[in-house]
Formats: sequence, structure tokens, C-alpha cells
Amino acid sequence: MHRRFDWPAHLVLLLGVGLFAFPVWLVFAGATQDPGAINRGDLSLIPDFSHLGIFLSVLLHGYGKNESQPVWHMLMISAGMALVIAIGKIVISVLSAYAVVFFRFPFRMTAFWTIFITLMLPVEVRIIPTYAVMADFRLINTFAGLTVPLLASATATLLFRQVYLAIPDELIEAARMDGAGPIRFLIDMLIPVSAANMAALFVILFVYGWNQYLWPLLVAADPRLDTIVIGIVQLVSGGHTLTPWNTMMAMAVLAILPPVVVVVAMQRWFVKGLTEVEK
Amino acid sequence: MERRTIFGGWLLPVAFVLPQLFVTIFFFLLPAGKAIYSSFTQTDAFGLHTRFIGLANFINLFADAGYRASFGRTAVFCALVTLLAMALALLLAVFADHEIRGRAIYRTLLIWPYAVAPAVSAVLWMFMMHPEVGILGRLLNRIGIPWNYSLNGIQALGLVIVAGAWTQVSYNFVFFLAGLQSIPASVIEAAHMDGARGFRRFRTIVMPLLMPTTFFLLIVNLVYAAFETFGTIMALTRGGPGEATETLVVKVYRDGVINLDLAGSSAQSVILMLIVIGLTAVQFRFLGRRTLS
Repeated sequence: MHRRFDWPAHLVLLLGVGLFAFPVWLVFAGATQDPGAINRGDLSLIPDFSHLGIFLSVLLHGYGKNESQPVWHMLMISAGMALVIAIGKIVISVLSAYAVVFFRFPFRMTAFWTIFITLMLPVEVRIIPTYAVMADFRLINTFAGLTVPLLASATATLLFRQVYLAIPDELIEAARMDGAGPIRFLIDMLIPVSAANMAALFVILFVYGWNQYLWPLLVAADPRLDTIVIGIVQLVSGGHTLTPWNTMMAMAVLAILPPVVVVVAMQRWFVKGLTEVEK
Repeated sequence: MERRTIFGGWLLPVAFVLPQLFVTIFFFLLPAGKAIYSSFTQTDAFGLHTRFIGLANFINLFADAGYRASFGRTAVFCALVTLLAMALALLLAVFADHEIRGRAIYRTLLIWPYAVAPAVSAVLWMFMMHPEVGILGRLLNRIGIPWNYSLNGIQALGLVIVAGAWTQVSYNFVFFLAGLQSIPASVIEAAHMDGARGFRRFRTIVMPLLMPTTFFLLIVNLVYAAFETFGTIMALTRGGPGEATETLVVKVYRDGVINLDLAGSSAQSVILMLIVIGLTAVQFRFLGRRTLS
């Protein structure tokens, strides 16, 4: 079939692509340039590839001041936080959905609704009292404090519950005939049937964990626990007259890169999962 | 929910729900309870006596012109972020749904911004719009438009709205595109035969079928704009200049964490809770859908 060239579609989509790509390109190009030139407003959109070393330099030495962590350290904290939150939320939610669907136990529905309530209580509405609770648990300025309190997930629990309820009776009967115990059943049956959902959730939750800003700001003032997002915002909104612009721009690129790679690499699961998880 | 039960015993399932319950009770319910409790009480300056004062904290809050202004500002902010992010996403999704060459590449190039943190997107916009260094900020000044968002409140608000919307477009795009793709080709063809094309077809056939998606996104975007743009605003303007970009969440943070006004900020937290509960209830009542947390 021969189609006419659909130029309005290409035009609109190219403009859209540009709207998102341009700021990142600008920051990437800026990172490779002379900070003096940027200061004078002579920012060229053509990157100077002989200065890619700036990325290595911020990775190893941060932005120069003594109190700054090297960027590799911030990236490690971010990656640790994103991984623990993504994997932790999935594990915790699989276990609770499994318990609620396949067992009868006292206060089963109470437990289910208690988990459900977390939907209505995002961090933003609990800013003040949460700090006191965290202090009581001695979780302020700890890696556990950055992650554990974020592990509850009503959405993931509801999703897995739905998946488990949709498994055909025949399959469950077959597993039962094979004499599978509760743990075997979970590992051999439930985890494989929900693998695609887990992959999708992983992408969404990894991005959620990586992009946290308010939570680390509240509970981890210790610079050794600075995530890359905290690090770059602090640098930019603080005294940015002192830090060379190319250094800040290099850091911004490094803050964006890892979650973008995860989303693009796992795009297939992500797109399908996002629309499924949230319906 | 009642259908499945295949295993006996209660020790194992209880052990399995316990981790999630623990986190929920101690880090969600307990702080929320504390916020509600302190919103109805007043503690003296030495922190020795706490007494119940009923709704006084709430009455003081709404008597405060600053709080009412923040409420109005948040409403405008949320409405514009939502409108901008949804309109742009819908436009892109409609064209990405065309059968054109390179559509898979276009999609990838429109989806990746989902991964950019709201706070970091603000950093990108700062690099573009900074009055002396930013490429666009300088351009504005050069062509005679005095641009400085750290002095001009309207410009600051405009900038955080644009930066806030920018981050949310990809998410909306994914949903609009999925919605468009679920419209059967036969419906579109039938419309075509009846002579409905272009914008008329879109308005009379496509848009009604997209209404559930649109309504779902409306709620999600309002919640996003109200709560998750905290990082965007902090990175760009820290709520300023003055209070020009101080939304409700930024105000809770400023009053509670920076100015240590426990009673006032607890009352504000309770108001925010009511807003989230209201929006979530609307979502469940009319859609049976939910958002990720």
C-alpha cells in the first residue's frame, strides 16, 4: 500500500521530540564547554567532545568543595534507594496479595483495608509528624530510613491480588493435585504467572525511587546519604555563583541518565504495565 | 475476593502480611494520626503542656490571608499544569497514532522523559531560563522583554507551571495513545464512510470514546500538580519570590520544617489529607481506577 507522506504528523511529532530533547541536549553540550564562556552567555549547542572528561571529573571528585560527595557516591545512594524500593515493594506486595487471596486468617479484611489506606496518605501530607516517628525509630540519617518507610504499596498489592484472582481454577487444581505446598505454589506458580507484571512494576517503582526528593530531604540531612537528585538541586538552588556551570550541567546529565536507560531498555513492559497497573 | 481459599493455617499468611502492615501502621497511620491529633491541640512555648483547642487551628488557618492566597494559587497552578500537560500529550498521541514511518522511534523519543525527576526537570529549565546564563532567558532580555524569574512573581509562577507540566506529558501520552489504540478501526472507518473526517471525526467520535481516559488523567494530573511538583518548585524558586510560587505543599514545608510551627502545619497537613482523600474517592467512585503510590 502506498501512502502519502503524512507531513503534519511528522511536523508535530518532531516538534514534540524537540521540546523534550532540546533541554537535555543543551545541558549536555553545556557540560563540555568552558565555564567562563557559559557565564558570558556564549553557550554553544555544539558539544566540545574534547572536554568529555568533565563527566569523569564530577564522578570522581564531585563539585570541588570539601563537603561535596563525589558524584559516583550519590549515584550509588540513588541506585541503592531505587533498587531497594522497587524490589522491596514488589516482594512485600506479592506476599500480602498471596496471603489475602489464598488463605483465611483472622482480620484478613482489616489487614487488606489498612494497606489500602496508604493510597490516601502520600509523604507530602505527612511531612511534619513523620519526622518525629522516624526519630523515635532512630531512622534519621540512615539508609534504612531512606527506604523502609516507603516500602508499603497499596497499588502493587491490589495489582497482584487482581492477577491472582484471574488465574483459572483448573491451573490451581492441577497444582493442588501435584501436592504443591503453599511455598512451592507461590514459587512455581504465582511468581511465573506474574513475571510480566513484576517487570512493569519494577520500571515504574525504580523511577519512583530514583526520583524521590522530599523524602530524603526530610530524613537524611547527612551529606553521605545525598542522592544525585538531592545533590543537584542543592547545588543549583544554593549558591550557584560559586560552582562552575559546566560542572552543574554534567551532574544534571548524570542524574537523568540511569532512570532514562531503565525506561528505554524496558519500554515494552513499561508501556503495557503502566496502563495496566493504573487502571 | 471470597472465591479463593486453598490453603489452611493462619501463621504463614499472617507472617506474609506483617511486613507490609508494619510499614503501613508505623509510617503511614501513626504519623497521620499524630497530625490529626496535633491539629486539634496547642502546645505551650516550652512544650510542657498540650491542650485540646478544637477547631481553633483550622479557624486561624483560614483566617490567614496568606493561607487563603496559597489555596487560590495552588488551584490556578494545578489547573494550568493539568491543562498544559494533557493538551500537549493528547496532541502528540493523536499524531503518534497515525500510521507513519518511524512511529516506534517517535514513541520512544516521547516516552523517555517519564524518567526525569520533577526536581531535575526544574534544573533543566533553570539552565534554559536563567536570566543571565540561560539560552532562552538571555534571548528574552535581548529582545526587550525584561525576564528575571527570581524577581518577578508572575514569571516565576509561569516558569514552574511550564516545568511542572513538561515532566508530566510523557505519562499522559502513554495513556492517551493506549486509549486511541483501543478504539476499534471499524468505528473509525464507519465514521469515515459517513463523511466525518479531520477535526469533526475527532470531536464527535474519538473524543467521546477517550472520555474515561481523559477523566482518569484529569484526577492523576491534579494530584501530581498539587503534590509531586514540590521538587520542581523547590529547585527553581523555593516558593519565592516572596510567596509567588508557594503552593500548599511548599507552605506546609516552609511553616513546619523551616519555621517549626507544629500546630499550624499539622492543620495544613489535615487539609491536604482531605484533598487527597476527596480526589481518591472521586477516582474510585466514578472510575474504579487508582494511581500508583
